[in-house]
Amino acid sequence: MWLDADDLQALKLTAGLAALTTVLLLLLGTPIAWWLARTRSRLKGAVAAVVALPLVLPPTVIGFYLLMLMGPHGPVGAFTQAMGWGLLPFTFWGLVVGSVLHSFPFVVQPLQQAFEAIGNRPMEVAATLRASPWDRFLTVALPLARPGFLTASVLGFAHTVGEFGVVLMIGGNIPGATRVLSVALYGHVEAMDYGKANVLAAGMVGFGFAVMLLLYLLNGRVGPAPGRLEGRA
Amino acid sequence: MKRVSLNALMLGVVSLWSGAALADEVQVAVAANFAGPFQKIAASFATDTGHKAVAITGSTGKFYTQIKEGAPFEVLLAADDETPRKLEDEGLAVKGQHFTYAKGKLVLWSSKAGVVDDKGEVLSKGGFARLALANPKLAPYGAAGVETLKALGLYDAVAPKIVQGDNIAQTYQFVSTGNADVGFVALSQVAQPDKPLVGSWWVVPAKLYTPILQDAALLKKGEANAAASALLKYLKGDKAKVIIKSYGYEL
Repeated sequence: MWLDADDLQALKLTAGLAALTTVLLLLLGTPIAWWLARTRSRLKGAVAAVVALPLVLPPTVIGFYLLMLMGPHGPVGAFTQAMGWGLLPFTFWGLVVGSVLHSFPFVVQPLQQAFEAIGNRPMEVAATLRASPWDRFLTVALPLARPGFLTASVLGFAHTVGEFGVVLMIGGNIPGATRVLSVALYGHVEAMDYGKANVLAAGMVGFGFAVMLLLYLLNGRVGPAPGRLEGRA
Repeated sequence: MKRVSLNALMLGVVSLWSGAALADEVQVAVAANFAGPFQKIAASFATDTGHKAVAITGSTGKFYTQIKEGAPFEVLLAADDETPRKLEDEGLAVKGQHFTYAKGKLVLWSSKAGVVDDKGEVLSKGGFARLALANPKLAPYGAAGVETLKALGLYDAVAPKIVQGDNIAQTYQFVSTGNADVGFVALSQVAQPDKPLVGSWWVVPAKLYTPILQDAALLKKGEANAAASALLKYLKGDKAKVIIKSYGYEL
């Protein structure tokens, strides 16, 4: 009644893609956010601009260039083939690459803000107590930045669930591999199966609302200063 | 004699002038496979009549949905004959106006030379990783591709290798960028008169799929627009026919 087998498959695929993308983004984004929050380098502006680029680029731009770069004539495609991984477009891993790029600022920016909010003082105090840089980062900075990690994870996950243009360009609409919820919904609308489209669309509206509500509630409770992070969402 | 030619000249000037004065714009939804030829037809239509035809390209299935939802298209050049008929039945197109402007040909194409043989045996030999076709639910060329595979008894074997483009233009993009080794596209996309033929191809025999009759329709929104009727008339004319044929369509 609710979801047919195909849509259920799309749901599982989307959840898996979003979860994996979020984990990868936290791993990649944390050092970059830390660097951005601490550095006095002249490169800071340029790096911050590159990180923010997916916010202003249409997803189809990312999709189009990925299709070129990851294809057999592109440098990334040549590399993945040389490594024996084959080509990335039309595969789950191609979507992972696209999603990581597309959701990058949604993870890096909240982290950067959280790190900046800590300020230098706690780190300096920890240093006078002879905490090593690693120790300071792991036992002082990370716990203090917890609300930032929560915001980053939720936004990274939700934004990946919501992507469409990138997967339409590089996905190929393959069930179980690249047909995510947004593409399945698009297909239902195009085929004028509005009933099925409604189930997916309404479900995603509900999911989006639940995620944002949860984020605001949790940030209000966990964070030392919630107002600071709400602005990012 | 002199008088007559002067009259003819006057008539010509007047008709030119009135043509310019009545020049109008027409919004045309064009099936993706016909985008290339339409561009040329629109240019020649503008020169000859003064009217401007604005093309919106996409898949026929999408246009159908959009027209039902009130899109401002005035003429539809579909990739099938079913959609214009349905639109007439549903009162969204002017009755009795639809006609076949081109017969499409399906081609199996690779952007690389030597991949597709001239009998299409590559499909059964399986020397490819990805086969691109347009979404068969939305695009007649995609449906024709599926029909061809089924007629050859290869559909089940090939199905895991299929990647779907949203329409025939995206399918062409998948193949031309080399991301799909082979794909079912329209002959008109591969056989563009002003571009050299690249890669390798197999023109699928017509008996393997239902003929792709591409019909035009005058939509209700274009009923009062002189440019819309003029365009449909122009499509039936010799100049348009020459352009259409040059892209490998039959008439």
